[in-house]
Amino acid sequence: MKKTPFCATSERDQAEMFEFLGIGDFDELFAEIPADLQSDLLDIPEGLSEMEMMQHIRKIARRNSTNLVNFCGAGFYDHYIPAAVNALASRGEFYTAYTPYQPEASQGTLQAAFEYQTAICRLTGMEVANASLFDGGTALFEAVMMALRSTGRNKVLVDQGVSPIYRKMLRCYTQNLSVDYQEIPLGSNGVADRKAFEAALDDTVGAAIFQNPNFFGCLDNLKELVDKVHESNALAIMSVYPMALSVVETPGAMGADIVTGEGQSLGLPLNFGGPYLGFMATTKKHVRKMPGRIVGETVDHKGRRGFVLTLQAREQHIRREKATSNICSNVQLCALRAIIYLSLVGREGFLEVGRDCMDRASYAWHKLAKIPGVEPAFNRRFFNEFAIRLPKDASDVVSALVDQGIAAGFPVGRYYKGMENVLLLAFTEKRTKEEIDILVAKLESVLKA
Amino acid sequence: MKLIYEKSSPGRPGVRMSSIKISPTEEIPAKYLRSKPAQLPEVSEAEVVRHFTALSRLNFSVDTHFYPLGSCTMKYNPKACEAAANLPELTEVHPLWPQLRGGGLLTQGSLAILYHTERILSEITGLAEFTLQPMAGAHGELTGVMIMAAYHRDRGNTQKDHIIIPDSAHGTNPASAQLAGYKVVTVPSDDKGMMDFDLFKAALNERTAGVMLTCPNTLGVFEMRIKEICDAVHGVDGLMYYDGANFNAIMGRYKPGDMGFDICHLNLHKSFATPHGGGGPGAGPVGVVEKLQPYLPISRVEKTRDGTYALNYDEPKSIGYIAPFYGNFGVVARAYAYILSLGRDGMLGTSNRAVLNANYLQEKLRPLFGEEFKGRCMHEFVFSGEFLRKHGIHTLDLAKGMIDRGIHPPTVYFPLNVPEAIMVEPTESEDRDTLDRFVEVMAELVELAKTDPEKLHEAPVTTPVGRLDEVKAARDMRLSYS
Repeated sequence: MKKTPFCATSERDQAEMFEFLGIGDFDELFAEIPADLQSDLLDIPEGLSEMEMMQHIRKIARRNSTNLVNFCGAGFYDHYIPAAVNALASRGEFYTAYTPYQPEASQGTLQAAFEYQTAICRLTGMEVANASLFDGGTALFEAVMMALRSTGRNKVLVDQGVSPIYRKMLRCYTQNLSVDYQEIPLGSNGVADRKAFEAALDDTVGAAIFQNPNFFGCLDNLKELVDKVHESNALAIMSVYPMALSVVETPGAMGADIVTGEGQSLGLPLNFGGPYLGFMATTKKHVRKMPGRIVGETVDHKGRRGFVLTLQAREQHIRREKATSNICSNVQLCALRAIIYLSLVGREGFLEVGRDCMDRASYAWHKLAKIPGVEPAFNRRFFNEFAIRLPKDASDVVSALVDQGIAAGFPVGRYYKGMENVLLLAFTEKRTKEEIDILVAKLESVLKA
Repeated sequence: MKLIYEKSSPGRPGVRMSSIKISPTEEIPAKYLRSKPAQLPEVSEAEVVRHFTALSRLNFSVDTHFYPLGSCTMKYNPKACEAAANLPELTEVHPLWPQLRGGGLLTQGSLAILYHTERILSEITGLAEFTLQPMAGAHGELTGVMIMAAYHRDRGNTQKDHIIIPDSAHGTNPASAQLAGYKVVTVPSDDKGMMDFDLFKAALNERTAGVMLTCPNTLGVFEMRIKEICDAVHGVDGLMYYDGANFNAIMGRYKPGDMGFDICHLNLHKSFATPHGGGGPGAGPVGVVEKLQPYLPISRVEKTRDGTYALNYDEPKSIGYIAPFYGNFGVVARAYAYILSLGRDGMLGTSNRAVLNANYLQEKLRPLFGEEFKGRCMHEFVFSGEFLRKHGIHTLDLAKGMIDRGIHPPTVYFPLNVPEAIMVEPTESEDRDTLDRFVEVMAELVELAKTDPEKLHEAPVTTPVGRLDEVKAARDMRLSYS
């Protein structure tokens, strides 16, 4: 047998261990298992040395193009990550630990999770947050289940301003459950249609879902609509973009009962779709129905402050099929990145990044609106993302610009019928004035062609 | 230790985030904006670095301690796999680029990694097709049972209403089954630790949608009658689900597909050495036999005739979108690097040594604990601490004593069907000295339990805090700093 990488036992140890066990080879360890179950040697390549493996992956990785100037967002954003985030999150003490089942040996993970929960509460204006969920989409599904359990109802109303990717996920997850899933078309001004929602709210509705800013980047103040939802004894769920909460009104102030979102913008790389960071916050009233791990403060026998996983009676390892959710792990390392990021940029820095994003988008909106044939798709109230209507199919335009090194945005026709000419553009603090000017110039020339 | 918020002082600057300003052209009305900035910490960069470095040192981890946490496969996470997955060419790719026309060509590297990982996992498990989208083991289970539901719906098997699960299963199995709309029928284990075959046969009928099994199971015992179980389930058009939590025991030796399983998830953060992250992120790819391929989540990664990789969204029978994109790509990339490193022989070499280490440790500990289940174990084993109850010592006390001796405790109080359970999984990463040291520590603790139990009740004493009041935590519900 050849040397196996990452295994610690020497040939000599192995021989002695065999002798201790009274066996002659590895096969004898499996002697009780029916022999016909054993498979042939795997048909995969021979193992590589570390150097060869790195060379191999570098070669594959180079087939990706990373010098695109990116204006594509649609819920997933290219923000700057301070170097200290990677340095700290790369500490083995954090990333090679597991779920803090033994709190005395896991206070680092637990305190960081408690600090993260605090930050999520302060960003969203909510009272309690969990220690994270897989991503923004699964978090939204968990919120729906939580709301339906709380209200004992089975209908959910979903604004079509909610990310179409998340709506596809909601439809997927609810297909085997007795959930009445109903979407409400977007209002003509690009935000939630008040009249349509009020007409649809009845005593079977357990939850209404909104997103702010919505998929098109439009900002809304949903306070009055949330009040209507509450009048019919349903819960209001809001999916939010945490970077926008640097400047945008909080879901807490609008009366939301459950808040979820994708935390990727808080110090996580885009990483081709994951791992990401689902977050969830709610009010004290609903905390016992909240899924996922929750860290709480307590004391030891000497009165010293410490942190533990708490309210575990909700979870699958105790409740099994009666649990609030099937989820076991969270994405603790991603939550750690978020709290490190938020601590590094701090109160002022976070506001500054938010304003930089907003200002760049505002500048671009003004320039783009001057291109002949280009119109804003909706109103002027946006954070860092907005939609424009082009005189041509947006997919064709984007394709032409990709060839010139620009990811000009996301053509929303992929998810919205009748919007084939609409392009969604996002602006982060990483985009420079020069890059925006080039985008505008190239877009103009592609439209002329 | 102080919280980061307690170290905050107004006006202290963090990392400088911005210097170039662009003048806005529009002002947004106040009703859309928050009135006060979020109260984030105001701490210098150096202080943030010290804070989180100090926090990290309060943790036990694989990089710092022996961590024989049963059923979690806390093996060494190779640094090279981290380095490979952290290449900027991989981390800086936007997941929507392949959805832009012509954009797929910009992400050929990432798509190639997904495609090749799927192919290799198919070979390792003996299953036809894989999806890498599930973001954790439990997420893989849910995906798997949703595929089951889609299959039965498509076949018109409207009578299917329950899934059979043995009592030794992880809690996620029944919770996942329930989320796919199924009732759960629990079958007890027999005195060898296997699912009781007669009770299983009695529970199986035309309404059985499928069976979820972990093999070897959470007692570290291989289900010897697995072929009979599979045949019986297939006889009622049920599907066999393989929970890959314990795949590290059989990797390279047995294939779930060859045993007769139809669906299988693997935990990349267990057998495939990706880090556990303090509780995620993980990845739980799901493989299926050919007849279930149409129900896999979309999108699917495919190799086209010209050798390029593309995403296919056109699968009308698919269960749909279980993830926003292609799963936890960063985790998959680490696992791919690990698989390339192990190669053909390394898979078998790894599981062999994981099982050898577990058997060695079990035999060494047998004189101390007696025998829970006779015979060989797989990659992990279970002992009962029940015999120490008469000294007023519980498994939890042993666990806390281990912490004081620099060992992360094994899994305790699981599986649920063994009283005072202690579940040990050493993995192949540990050398014999570490295993011998573990035996010495256990012997010392058992002796202490008999002679001076009070000492053990006080443990741990070497950690920053002692045993914490969990009742108070649940009652006070202090879940954030104020």
